Amino acid sequence: MSATIHDIHQLEEKANLIRQDIIKMLVEAGSGHSAGPLGMADIFTALYFNILNHDPAKPDWSERDRLILSNGHICPVRYATMAHAGYLPISELKTLRKLGTRLQGHPHRTSLPGIETTSGPLGSGLSQAVGLALAGRIDNAKWRVICLMSDGEQDEGNTWEAAMLAGKLKINNLTALIDRNNIQIDGFTENIMPLENLKAKYEAFNWHVLEIDGHNFEEIISAFSEAKAIFEKPTVMIAHTIPGKGVSFMENRYEWHGSPPGLIQPEGAPPKEKQAEIALKELKQLQEKNKHD
Amino acid sequence: MINNSSNLNPKLFDSDIEQVPTRTGFGEGLVLAAEENKQVVGLCADLTESTRMQDFAEKFPERFFEVGVAEQNMVTVAAGMALGGKIPFTASYATFSPGRNWEQIRTTICYNDVPVKIIGSHAGVSVGPDGATHQALEDIAMMRALPNMIVISPADSIEAKKATQAIARISTPCYMRLSREKSPVITTEQTPFEIGKAEVFNDPSTSSGQADATIIATGQMVHRALLSAKELEKKKISVRVINCHTIKPLDKDTILKAAQETGAIVTAEEHQITGGLGGAVSELVSQNFPVPIKIIGIEDRFGESGEPNELLKKFGLTVDNISKAVKQVLKMKRAKL
Repeated sequence: MSATIHDIHQLEEKANLIRQDIIKMLVEAGSGHSAGPLGMADIFTALYFNILNHDPAKPDWSERDRLILSNGHICPVRYATMAHAGYLPISELKTLRKLGTRLQGHPHRTSLPGIETTSGPLGSGLSQAVGLALAGRIDNAKWRVICLMSDGEQDEGNTWEAAMLAGKLKINNLTALIDRNNIQIDGFTENIMPLENLKAKYEAFNWHVLEIDGHNFEEIISAFSEAKAIFEKPTVMIAHTIPGKGVSFMENRYEWHGSPPGLIQPEGAPPKEKQAEIALKELKQLQEKNKHD
Repeated sequence: MINNSSNLNPKLFDSDIEQVPTRTGFGEGLVLAAEENKQVVGLCADLTESTRMQDFAEKFPERFFEVGVAEQNMVTVAAGMALGGKIPFTASYATFSPGRNWEQIRTTICYNDVPVKIIGSHAGVSVGPDGATHQALEDIAMMRALPNMIVISPADSIEAKKATQAIARISTPCYMRLSREKSPVITTEQTPFEIGKAEVFNDPSTSSGQADATIIATGQMVHRALLSAKELEKKKISVRVINCHTIKPLDKDTILKAAQETGAIVTAEEHQITGGLGGAVSELVSQNFPVPIKIIGIEDRFGESGEPNELLKKFGLTVDNISKAVKQVLKMKRAKL
């Protein structure tokens, strides 16, 4: 079994280290997504170190909870968190996106044990999570399915087809989470394709909807606990997060959706050659601050 | 002439040969597959009766899932169920699945390498009055291009039944195309069926020396190929006929042997010439033992409304056209010699 962390300070410390590794691996890869992985680091830390029933030594353990990552492009955070949990050596993170790597640019099921499904093309994760949960339900399995989605992929019709079916079948062994960071590649979600009222939309599809602060470990953990207790409906949590969280020049800037440090020069960002160094410095400062709080 | 070991229907050339749609064979086969393995589940997108998934749905209600008119969701839910240890069959019309949901099939089934079985009914112009929107003519091309995918196009309803049971037993993604319209039942329960193994149904070489040419056909065109071979025999042209029910993986040995021994090939299918059986055979033969090939299929256009036989005639999928093509490849073969 994996080591469970209950102490919030320790979870914050872990998430900070994961963020530092995300920056390092993206710089090494020279391509990839920054904003989403940094924004989701707290949720991934909470999942792998507190919420999920899993065993890094036995990735195919039949009783494990199944974590489906629908928006595969934020995989650096999954890889980094899995490395910290013991699924792979931390040193392997620097192989991200390189020839022969297990850490494909978008996650591939058969490349790395512990990746439940291949993803990247948006809008198909929730359907797969519904199918997996149905399979578990037929077999009276105890394990649960968790599906992480982006807000941008709520644009996809496939997502709503899945939402409708989950509502119809009252799939209560499924918990979905939407990373509501308000950005997508081309800009802010509400300019590209307005999603609000997202809560009302899911409620209309017969889901139990929770809204949480995606950087507050107590809220994240308690929401997953509540979801387990909802019997009549699937639960979705709209997790409000800050894209680029922890790196001041990336926070809330959609330009960092699909770029690693050092590749672009948005207004207000440090010079390209300094970006990685400044990002890591800021994260280390937060780490120090956390220690003294 | 007719290969005895094929155990074909004795009424093969009779005008009153039984006619059954291949979708009926699928419906029967799915019930048998579900009885054999309790992991078999079925998903349908509001076409349960029409795709003949009805019997399965009634017999195994706890293993049947109606997803509504949502083909993208149907195959991705199926992918998830396969991740959970199930063997899902999805059924719709081929223009919608795999027509509408190709990327989901590519990523979540083929690249993911999970055992989902995509059943595409109403393939070909023989769908009839519904018209071009409902006549799938590109499905083989779309599915054949995908790594890990197995593509099957049964010749009749009995073969469709056997194919359904066979694909349920293998752990790879599969696509099977079916027809709406009745077609002659040319095989019997005793006819051999093995995925990836093309069957030589007619082989003059066993009685009167090597055949002059080979017709490689799939789906209901196999019957027309046999009729063509019978017609040509009267004109002293001997033709080997191969039932190529598995389009991917292609039976390389049987097809290359035909190229080597007969030196001329005609292919026949109810599908676009682009990317179908003819394309697959050409890719294989041209790179290994080039011989003249003519492809009978749809010539880069859409279907239309009409009665099935009127349409098959209008689009050139006739016995006469197959025979003409055989004569053409024979001319090319002789010019080459």
